[in-house]
Amino acid sequence: MPLDTSFIGRTYPPRAPYEVGAEKIREFAAAIGDDNPVVNDTEAAKAVGHPDLIAPPTFPIVLTLVEGERIAKDPELGLDYSKVVHGDQKFVYTRPVRAGDRLLVTTHIDNIRSMAGNDMLTTRSEVTTDTGEHVVTAYSLLVARGTAD
Amino acid sequence: MTTTAPKYDEVEVGTELPGRTVSVARADLVRYAGASGDFNPIHWNERFAKEVGLPDVIAHGMFTMAQAGRVVTDWLGDPGALIEYGVRFTKPVVVPDDASGAEIALSAKVAEKLDDRRVRVDITATSEGKKVLGQARAVVQLT
Repeated sequence: MPLDTSFIGRTYPPRAPYEVGAEKIREFAAAIGDDNPVVNDTEAAKAVGHPDLIAPPTFPIVLTLVEGERIAKDPELGLDYSKVVHGDQKFVYTRPVRAGDRLLVTTHIDNIRSMAGNDMLTTRSEVTTDTGEHVVTAYSLLVARGTAD
Repeated sequence: MTTTAPKYDEVEVGTELPGRTVSVARADLVRYAGASGDFNPIHWNERFAKEVGLPDVIAHGMFTMAQAGRVVTDWLGDPGALIEYGVRFTKPVVVPDDASGAEIALSAKVAEKLDDRRVRVDITATSEGKKVLGQARAVVQLT
């Protein structure tokens, strides 16, 4: 079933702010084996000029993946989520995510297309603080394998 | 840490970053699922993975991306110096349910010197001899 390309250009406004906790950052760092002091020890982060503990660079996926899933699982879009794999991912940072941040995610559907039998959904999530400071933009391609036959 | 951070004037195109090999067991994927919130069963349920046509459980692409990113952030010292980081997931990292799991071999080198004391780093990630990431690139701010 072809995807509904009228979804291109849609914007999904932010939900409740995500409050970044220091222990969540440490849990994420441990899960990727990242023992860098700057993402584990608040004093080490401050020593290199950060106001608080910072998160590893791929941490924003914790916030943005759920938004992508929410879109990908929308039955009106017509994507078979059971066939979905991650095609690509990019982060463009204004600054690192920090402990204490209250973050909002606004997600845009930038593209929908079918290629080589796969359905592909391109999203862009703008992550800002709840006071409007830009933190990071996350670009994501989700691919539903073999669903565009 | 600031004493060991790479300096823009001291790196050249071709400068190699310290590489590493990372072992990935099923337990690592379960732990990553919990920490990241990505509970897609293809990353922990062999029956489900095979039902949807995969050879076995595969690692989260984001887990591999995170491992590749550590090569860059460990070189930088301060992960906050990363300006941009992107990858394509070209092949899955297949993680068998055995004692050894999978291995990801990671290397990286400076590919381009940019304006404003920034450089582009290109990363290579392979598992079982196949590239698992494509166009894995980071732009970093040096001093």
